[in-house]
Amino acid sequence: MTDIAETRTTPLAAGRAADRIRKRYAAERRFRLYGLVAVCVSIAFLALMLLSIVSKGYTAFQQTMVYVDVHLDESVIDPKGSRNADDLARANYGALIRKTVAGLFPEVSGRRDKRKVRKLLSPGATYDVRAMVMDDPSLIGKRISLWVPASDDFDQLLKGNIRRDVPESDRRVSDKELAWIDSLMEKGLVEKQFNTRFFTAGASQEPELAGILGAAVGSFLTLLVTFLVSFPLGIMTATYLEEFAPKNRWTDLIEVNINNLAAVPSIVFGLLGLAVFLNFFGLPRSAPLVGGLVLALMTLPTIIITSRAALKAVPPSIREAAFGMGASRLQVVVHHVVPLAMPGILTGSIIGMAQALGETAPLLMIGMVAFVADIPTGFFDPATALPVQVYLWADSAERAFVERTSAAIMVLLAFLFIMNLFAVYLRKRFERRW
Amino acid sequence: MSTFVLTAALLMIAYFAFRHGRSRALAQAGGKSHALHSLPYYYGYYVALWCGVPALLLVVAWTALQGDIVRALVVSDLPENLRTLPAQELTLLLNNIVNIAEGAALMPADNTDIQAAVAHYQNLQDIAFGALIVLAVTVAVAGILFARGRISPALRARNSVEQAAKWILIASSTVAIFTTVGIVFSLLFEAMRFFRAVPVTDFLFGLEWSPQTAIREDQVGASGAFGAVPLFAGTMLISFIAMVVAAPLGLMAAIYLAEYAKPKLRSIAKPALEILAGIPTVVYGFFAALTVAPMLRNSGDLFGLSISSESALAAGVVMGIMIIPFVSSISDDVITAVPQSLREGSYGMGATQSETIKNVIFPAALPGIVGGLLLAVSRAIGETMIVVMAAGLSANLTANPFQAVTTVTVQIVTLLVGDQEFDSPKTLAAFALGLVLFVITLILNVVALTVVNRYREKYD
Repeated sequence: MTDIAETRTTPLAAGRAADRIRKRYAAERRFRLYGLVAVCVSIAFLALMLLSIVSKGYTAFQQTMVYVDVHLDESVIDPKGSRNADDLARANYGALIRKTVAGLFPEVSGRRDKRKVRKLLSPGATYDVRAMVMDDPSLIGKRISLWVPASDDFDQLLKGNIRRDVPESDRRVSDKELAWIDSLMEKGLVEKQFNTRFFTAGASQEPELAGILGAAVGSFLTLLVTFLVSFPLGIMTATYLEEFAPKNRWTDLIEVNINNLAAVPSIVFGLLGLAVFLNFFGLPRSAPLVGGLVLALMTLPTIIITSRAALKAVPPSIREAAFGMGASRLQVVVHHVVPLAMPGILTGSIIGMAQALGETAPLLMIGMVAFVADIPTGFFDPATALPVQVYLWADSAERAFVERTSAAIMVLLAFLFIMNLFAVYLRKRFERRW
Repeated sequence: MSTFVLTAALLMIAYFAFRHGRSRALAQAGGKSHALHSLPYYYGYYVALWCGVPALLLVVAWTALQGDIVRALVVSDLPENLRTLPAQELTLLLNNIVNIAEGAALMPADNTDIQAAVAHYQNLQDIAFGALIVLAVTVAVAGILFARGRISPALRARNSVEQAAKWILIASSTVAIFTTVGIVFSLLFEAMRFFRAVPVTDFLFGLEWSPQTAIREDQVGASGAFGAVPLFAGTMLISFIAMVVAAPLGLMAAIYLAEYAKPKLRSIAKPALEILAGIPTVVYGFFAALTVAPMLRNSGDLFGLSISSESALAAGVVMGIMIIPFVSSISDDVITAVPQSLREGSYGMGATQSETIKNVIFPAALPGIVGGLLLAVSRAIGETMIVVMAAGLSANLTANPFQAVTTVTVQIVTLLVGDQEFDSPKTLAAFALGLVLFVITLILNVVALTVVNRYREKYD
């Protein structure tokens, strides 16, 4: 009280008080600024990360192609004239490409140079020609023109990832190869086209032939198993705990358990899968079935927790009305509570699935890191998943895999975005305020 | 695959059992459903449950046991010289036989014993599956016959079905328990085998980590050195860096969003932070390895510092970014849960907003915030992909964030990915590390959850 009396009377004290207020307001503004900076820095990190991935990866959606004329020489492909599919598949298409390249660069001589000039085209050229002949054997003997993929170094040079201005010794493309490439470009035989192979091919050691379809299908199969296992189990567990379970030590134990499982590191689930599913039950390594089971155990807590929240949000009046009409407890739950909670349960499940889609570590443990070139067709086939593919490509040495890794990440993020968007839509569309 | 077909067939039979039970109950009541104790479809479920559940349980049990029994039978019919092989070689031989029979390995042309065993194996498998089909269908049909005999208007079908449904629900809720039990036992079991080869004290307190198997017998640590201290130190260093980044940023962001931000900014910034939480960790790993690490190395060169391209700093900073949303969302929750009356009381005393936050809200929310930070630490310790991609493999015992260190999770991955010779201490070490990881994160989680829950109860 005496303080207040003083500040009212003496101008000196009033000045000090004003000073203090100014300081306190400055502290206020500073504190506010720290908060704003923290928010901005966090969002800037997000932006930086997305930007660096997009800027590295957008070029992967284009692929440098070379236009070549190939003479489908019958004496090379099918000297016996049998048109037998086996013979056609085994024929030496490499020789045709070799001839084609020799035709493009008649001036190149010497074994090494010839091999080098051939290396400008991807080995995919051979596969493409074979595929064309296998599709339509009547082409044999004719001259066909087609776009074939260029090698990864050629491709990276055109995309500016291999710079022309560095000295030859530091460059992956020699001056000679540069000259050949320039002459091809002058003839108008080089073009950047949309990279369809990236979306239709499986993994490959050659960056220019590598695609994500195999990994995407693997992810799909894995997630399908995850969903089929964790969704029903999750709903049933949540329903039991929320609607039926008596409050006793046993149900407390289950609850604590679920909360802890939600925070167990994902790699530990991988160890569980390795020890139990692979070593104990003898299920096959690298199979989407095992991956799906492991991810199901991992997402189960998420689904249970969100489902319980959704069930809890259904007001008791609904239950009481149903009981009043003579429904049994199971009827109340199955006919009324669960359907009303379904949008919330679905939203939680989709978010759980999105987490499972991005999970890598447990899949490494159960061997889904093998190099799988074929596109998996069943739950027991060896497979990889999209995030694992990202990990594998990120480990590869070739420069061209960097852009492909980024592109694969963009595809992965697009899937996650769609799933989350769907969850948000479900919530917005069906959410009920009681 | 054929088990799937059998299961599908059993489900079809159960569906027909459902139809049959319903129509039979109706027929017995003379078509008048009100004469029945329960609604007609409960009689359908009653028959279907009797038909489907025992048969499906049989299929599950059979498939679980078939492999072992068939193997035992194959062993007992092997020629004398093979049967008496040491246990390990016998297991190898058996695996080989199974692989050949499943088409995963080639049939040896010259070894008639193995050819006979493979044929025997295939034969037994076929017999076992045939027997399973016959038995399962018999059980299903017997179930139908038993249940339909009991159908009468007085049968309390609803009560029985609901009882069964309740047991199914209880069974599904135990899956979570079994998962934990499975984790604990699989880790403990393999870790015990590891500790038989390497003493626990050497593992927990040893300063040398080099799990390679030795080239020469007389080499120092002929079975590799398994002292995990460098790994624990590396894990703690990276987690510490992560928390140094995440704790202030996450906390300040939460305070700003909860107390200061206008609804419009909040509606943009909160989802943006959630996006940060939803990005797969492998993406962070890629970002750390290809963008942040080179950036740090180059800027280190500018200042004359030598920063390793696999520095703990790069992995830690990126992990910190990953953890920001965890810290901020939990802190946001606890800050908004602080009752408005505390704020108003503080404003009424003339405190500014920041003074209120620092002196009133923060102390009130502290237990929750600490709990959230502990959860974030546990997340950082268990995080795998960022460190696998951005941190090193060399087990340096150092506190220098510019050097490469390795972590527990990195070593688990490197020990188990690629060619593994099972039963060697090298692969078993991964389980011992996993056990340590599990125990530490479990303790952190339990403490954090207790702290958070106790705090929540205070204001609800």
